[in-house]
Parts: sequence; C-alpha cells; structure tokens
Amino acid sequence: MTVSTELDSRFREAAAAEGLLDVAYELHDTPVGRLLVAVTDHGLCEISYDADPEAEVERLARAFGSRVLRSPRPTDDARRQLDEYFSGKRREFDLEIDLRPAREFGRTVLEELARVPYGELTTYGTLAARAGRPRAARAVGTVMNRNPVPIVLPCHRVVGSTGSLVGYGGGLDRKRQLLEFEGALSKP
Amino acid sequence: MEAVAVPPFERFYEEQQGPVLAHLRRMLGRDAADDAFQETFLRALRAYPTLRHGRHLQIARNVAVDALRRQRVTSAEVPDLESVDEPLPYEELRCITAGLPQKERAAVFLRYGYDLSYEDIGAALGSSPEAARQAASSGVRRLRRKELP
Repeated sequence: MTVSTELDSRFREAAAAEGLLDVAYELHDTPVGRLLVAVTDHGLCEISYDADPEAEVERLARAFGSRVLRSPRPTDDARRQLDEYFSGKRREFDLEIDLRPAREFGRTVLEELARVPYGELTTYGTLAARAGRPRAARAVGTVMNRNPVPIVLPCHRVVGSTGSLVGYGGGLDRKRQLLEFEGALSKP
Repeated sequence: MEAVAVPPFERFYEEQQGPVLAHLRRMLGRDAADDAFQETFLRALRAYPTLRHGRHLQIARNVAVDALRRQRVTSAEVPDLESVDEPLPYEELRCITAGLPQKERAAVFLRYGYDLSYEDIGAALGSSPEAARQAASSGVRRLRRKELP
C-alpha cells in the first residue's frame, strides 16, 4: 500500500519535532550538484557530494546512532545558508558543526580551517603550522579529504605550496568552480 | 555513539510503511488509520534501538486497539471499508451482520473480520474478554438461527 506524500511528510516532521532523531537529513540542489545535508542535535554533521543516500544513511547510523531519517525541517537553516552562499549573499556560515567523530588533530585542523576567509587561499603546510604541527602537511591533506562538511568548512581554499589545486573530495572541477565563484581564481 | 544492531530507521520506515498502513486500515478504516500511522511509527522510533524484529506490528495493533477503545465501537459503526484500497473480504460479513444488535455485530465483526483476540475486542468494546466472547458467540448463534443467505 502506498503512503501518501502528506502522511509521509507529517510523520517525518513529527519525528524531528519530538526530538526522536539521531540524524535528520535532506537532499539539496546547488550549483555544484545535489548535496546530502545532515544534522544532529549538536549541529551540521555532514555535507556530501554525489551521495548514494542508502550508503550514506548507513554511515550516518554507524557514526551517530540508528535513528536516521530524511526530515527536511532540521536542515532548513543550513540549506538556506548554502543558498545564500551560492547566490553571493553570504560569505561566512553561521552554523553549529558537530565534530564529535573527528579525532584530536583532525578537529584542531578543521577548527583552523574554519578561519580561512572567503575568497582567500591557504596551503596545507600553513594549516599544519596553525594546527601546531608544521611538518604535518600530508596529514592535513588527509583531514581535508575527510572533511565532513565541505563548503561550510572551506577545504576548497586549501592548495599546494606551488599553487596547484592538488585534490578535492568532491572532485577538482568543483574545487575550481568554488574558487572561481569566490573570486580566488581567475576564470580561464 | 552506539553500535548499529538494527538497520537505519530510514530503511526500516521505507520498508514497513506500506504494510503498517494496510494493517491499520483493515482495523480502523482510512481516516483513523492515518492518525494511527503516525503514532505507530513515533512509538517504534522511541523504542527503535532495541526494537525486536516484527515488534512494530504489535505496536500497530496496540495503537489501533487504543483508537478503537477511544471510539467505543460499540455503536458498531464499523470502519468505512469502502475506502480501503484492497479487495474487501469483509463486505460479505458486513451484509450478513447488518441485522444484529450493535454490540454483537461489533464483536462478530472484530473476531471474524479482523481476527482480533477476545482480549483486544473486549478492550475495544469496553468490556471483559469473556463478555466479548459471549457477544460474539451469541451473535453467531443468532445468525445461524436466522439462516441468513
């Protein structure tokens, strides 16, 4: 039997409103593709590119608890801020971020990453130094690659010491696209 | 953090929403089933990390029985089965029982149409299981005496 959209949405909303979810998520279309946006009680916990929702839901359940449900309302604020960013109206995100799964060094690096301003570039080495381990540029690369909330934590602004883009979890094309959009790279 | 002994709730909900709604509609009719649907899954969600396999159908039944108890179906206002999407195995029962006293009709209907236990029927009708059993068997006797088609 098919459950009507209205009945389905009503339940998904009630589940979040009653505070019963470990994770609420929604899919959101942006100029860099469809993103999966997920939040917990502690804040934004995931943004992923090209997500296979089924696999992502499994991963979220392992990280934060089994009560994972697609429920748009709790993600509204994050999605609105993403829309504002992509329409050029927002340069800084004002969101709580749930970094509980990040380990000590990773968390320090991500906190430093959060301070890299809109439209500016930094390097893996600089970020390593700011996180207190100047020789850990490679480890910083790994942390960037596993950044749970790209765009909001701007790992696209981190490049190699020679200025090469190096890599990006969402693919180099997106890194280039975001940097051109912010005016940090000139368009070809 | 907790180990995932159960699938993510999203998957469970996607798989079970159809069967649960069908189950509730058979017991309650369309409108009451919609309300019971949400309550069933909210209860399942509260208990979810330790929810045993198949237990959600018991929750659905409990929610439905609670709803029936609130409605006090003694009026034999049997659910509007015409609104259910599937073929109606109850339609015949509905015609046959039309002449019975209300309480007996409700008991017969819930026992033979919905396959509820006398405990559940008693709860729904606001009487003891024994009284529910008596109402049902008295209804059946009455139907036999009348030798309805």
